[in-house]
Amino acid sequence: MSSVSPLLFLILVPILSAVLVMAGANPRFTSILGAALNVLFLLAVAVFFNPAQEGFQFVSSFSVVPQLGISFTLGADGLSLIMLFLSVIVTLAAVCVARAPLENTRWFYASILLISAGVVGAFASVDVFFFYMFHELALIPTFLLIGIWGSGDRQAAAWKATVYLATGSFILLLGIIGLYLIQPEGARSFDLRQMVANAQAGQVPDSPVVYLLLLVGFGILVSLFPFHTWAPQAYASAPAPASMLHAGVLKKFGLYGLIRLAVPILPESVQAFAPILLTLLACNILYVGYCTIAQRKLDLMLGYSSVMHMGYIFLGFVALNQVSLTGASLMLLSHGLTIAVLFALCGEIRERTGTLDFSELGGIARATPKLGLAFGFAAMASVGLPGFVGFAGELLVFFGAFATGEPQMGFLDDKEVFGFNGYQIATICAVWGIVISAIYMLRAYRRVFMGPLSDRWSRLTDLSGFPHAAIVILLAIMLFFGFVPQILVNLVTPALLLP
Amino acid sequence: MIQPIALEICVVCLGIFLLMAESFSFKSNKVTLAHGAIFGLVCVFILSFFIETNPAGIQDSGFYVLDSLSLFFKRFAILATILTLILAIDYLPIVQRLVPAERPEAGSGEFFILPVFTCAGLMWMASAADFIMIFCALELVTISLYIQVAYTRRSLASLEAGTKFLVLGALSTGFFIYGITWIFGMTGETNLAFIEKNLSIVPEANHTAILFGLAMVLVAIGFKIAAAPFQFWVPDVYQGAPTPITAYLAVASKAAGFVILIRVLQPFFVLESFQGKLILVLMLLAALTLIYGNLAAIPQTNFKRLLGYSSIAHAGYLLVGLAAIGDAFAGRAVVFYLGGYFLMTFLAFLVMVPVTKATGGDDLSHFNGLARRAPGLALAMLIAAASLAGVPFTVGFFGKFFIFEAAMNQELYLLVLIGVVTVASGFYYYFKVIRAMYWQPAPEGCGEVAVSPLSKLAIGLCTLLILVLGFYPQLLIRFLP
Repeated sequence: MSSVSPLLFLILVPILSAVLVMAGANPRFTSILGAALNVLFLLAVAVFFNPAQEGFQFVSSFSVVPQLGISFTLGADGLSLIMLFLSVIVTLAAVCVARAPLENTRWFYASILLISAGVVGAFASVDVFFFYMFHELALIPTFLLIGIWGSGDRQAAAWKATVYLATGSFILLLGIIGLYLIQPEGARSFDLRQMVANAQAGQVPDSPVVYLLLLVGFGILVSLFPFHTWAPQAYASAPAPASMLHAGVLKKFGLYGLIRLAVPILPESVQAFAPILLTLLACNILYVGYCTIAQRKLDLMLGYSSVMHMGYIFLGFVALNQVSLTGASLMLLSHGLTIAVLFALCGEIRERTGTLDFSELGGIARATPKLGLAFGFAAMASVGLPGFVGFAGELLVFFGAFATGEPQMGFLDDKEVFGFNGYQIATICAVWGIVISAIYMLRAYRRVFMGPLSDRWSRLTDLSGFPHAAIVILLAIMLFFGFVPQILVNLVTPALLLP
Repeated sequence: MIQPIALEICVVCLGIFLLMAESFSFKSNKVTLAHGAIFGLVCVFILSFFIETNPAGIQDSGFYVLDSLSLFFKRFAILATILTLILAIDYLPIVQRLVPAERPEAGSGEFFILPVFTCAGLMWMASAADFIMIFCALELVTISLYIQVAYTRRSLASLEAGTKFLVLGALSTGFFIYGITWIFGMTGETNLAFIEKNLSIVPEANHTAILFGLAMVLVAIGFKIAAAPFQFWVPDVYQGAPTPITAYLAVASKAAGFVILIRVLQPFFVLESFQGKLILVLMLLAALTLIYGNLAAIPQTNFKRLLGYSSIAHAGYLLVGLAAIGDAFAGRAVVFYLGGYFLMTFLAFLVMVPVTKATGGDDLSHFNGLARRAPGLALAMLIAAASLAGVPFTVGFFGKFFIFEAAMNQELYLLVLIGVVTVASGFYYYFKVIRAMYWQPAPEGCGEVAVSPLSKLAIGLCTLLILVLGFYPQLLIRFLP
């Protein structure tokens, strides 16, 4: 084993905190302390990170199955650093807004911390196999969190999500095994660096089957249309910290994986199957977008909206150029932060009112002005208003995607006319998607926060304490990067390995 | 250095000694017998690290082989027997209630001694390299298991299980013998090494007859490993048998079946024309077993029965590994899977016995609210179920991964696809027990769940090993042939 990577501590801190919590330490205090410690750790790592250097930094490796080239390798480059940042900051927010349930408080916090350890481990892994393994660490905690402390039809939601995710992850496993097997014999490894090196040396045949397995596997995890039906229900039923971590961070795993694996290794297949993916992502944006408008409850609406927004990131991925991939990477961060804030606020509202039905709510911004303001900010960020990091991401995706592919030329009445190609049509749909998200977000805002305040809600308490601080921090980060997205672009650029 | 056969001799002597001790001792505490048996087996286990590998005399005889595979399974059998005895100690009160006797402690001694004899049979079986030897070892195992399955005579379910097991066991024995005679008739040998030599000189016209014989043998082994369509005895027998014996059947008996399968198939794989057909048969068996085991497990409400179906399902994954045997890693993948299966199945049974004692049943609903009544036990069961389902960071995941990797490498895509679909259904039925433990409230008025120190140790060790091997499988792979 070479020197120990500081990233190992990022994984160990939440696991140890979870063990301590189970062993009898004060659950809430320990969790917040552990999560805060992790944020500080990550900031320290970021200080020592050299953005100019190519490849992974802070690498440490420990061979696990030498026969198959599996090793526990940790490392970070610009892209994974951003994802790690997202993971630790959302974890901190999640434990801050977590409302201790009356019984089994320990399991509750331990489950949240385990999910956090899983996402940190996944994004810190250079080895594809461990990248996959860490993602699955969240499976059982999620099952417990939704099943025990969820709301609404929680048991059905938990079952559906678990079986769906398990199926998706095993399909993904086949894809990863396939990726391993198409490597040239003798240089086979699960190490991402080795895989990419093989691909760059032209020794890896571009296998469409492997790409399809990866796409379907990751697609289920990311809730790509038509595999998205598990997501809205699960997010709506889950307690707020679980939805924040799951929708905000864990779901980014699939897109991150596609950008990491498919872009450098299987670019031809990505292009060959682009028409299919473009159709699906257009369905994600338009069909799921209209479903979102039709929702009558805030939690379900947010669940659907998070599914819908995945379409933009898929668009950035499939366009496969520098600009669009940079935009997709930025959107990974921005969507993660936005949906985390929204779910946190949604949890706060449920905590106060006990209902999220639009027909019962109304005017509560008068009683809870801070909550209303925060929701307004987050809603605008979700729509993609300039000033938030999401705007930069969306803009880059649209520019990148619209410039992709040859223009379609055709003949109309014997005159040569210009037509849009598939990428451009999908981009137009995506731009229309912004209008859709503006509709549902503003409607939700009006239904929940505006209008006359009924007596029933006149005595609601406003945001305060830890939850308030956590939400303000997340919003501040979104604004900060919204004004200087160049920091992120500089980090991401050397990490994107274009074919 | 010690001769390898000394291990089996030691175990048989231990069994005879225990029988004597039981007859002549005036102390009525039978648990001492179990402790004695466990102690003796631990000694044999330690002894197994000091035996002479590949002594010349043994290699020539051809009856008995000692390679790393057989050594691994000897240790496997010993450990399985030890864990079975630990389970049996916990299960003793239920046995005493269900066995007619003047005094409560009478008639429970054999319950601890019979597994020792079964263990000797399993150890022989791991080394047997001749059809006759395999047959003898198999009968020693099966006959002692007949008694154990029907041991709790007052329980109708146990009697039914015993009868079913006896009738179908006898039937499979018939198939086995019949197959051996065909193979003997065509090759003139019962010894596997000599059969391999003679196969090349057997005229082409007789190959069909050999294949027929082999098919009969496969049917018999199919009964042992519970591969579909020879699995129909499993659910009833598993549910009816005393729980420790169910665990023993599920783990040791199945593993022994796979060792025989590996041994018997080896010589026939050499011939190109046989290889393709055998792999096709294995694939077919694997596909049927996977589909049947996993789909039939879905609606089960009794946990023991569920584990019965799950054991069919796991046989399916193991068969996938065997069908991919051309891959360099496949053999180790199968053995690794068996090792993992050992840990997680025993862990599930180790948790189940105290729960059965406290709640009086082994339905899934008896696990309701276990997480509140006994958090440690619930956590252990959670890990066992996760591992059985194949959640990463458990040994079960690595087992499935190795098997799928080998199968993909051999281009058995259809089989892998079936495997993935069945894994998904596996998640559903294994998670049912997690749901019962964590989601459901505890029923009113159920007793304290007490666990003996020995069981606690075993549970702790199994849990730890499942997690450690789930991160660092090399620990076990290093010992594999």
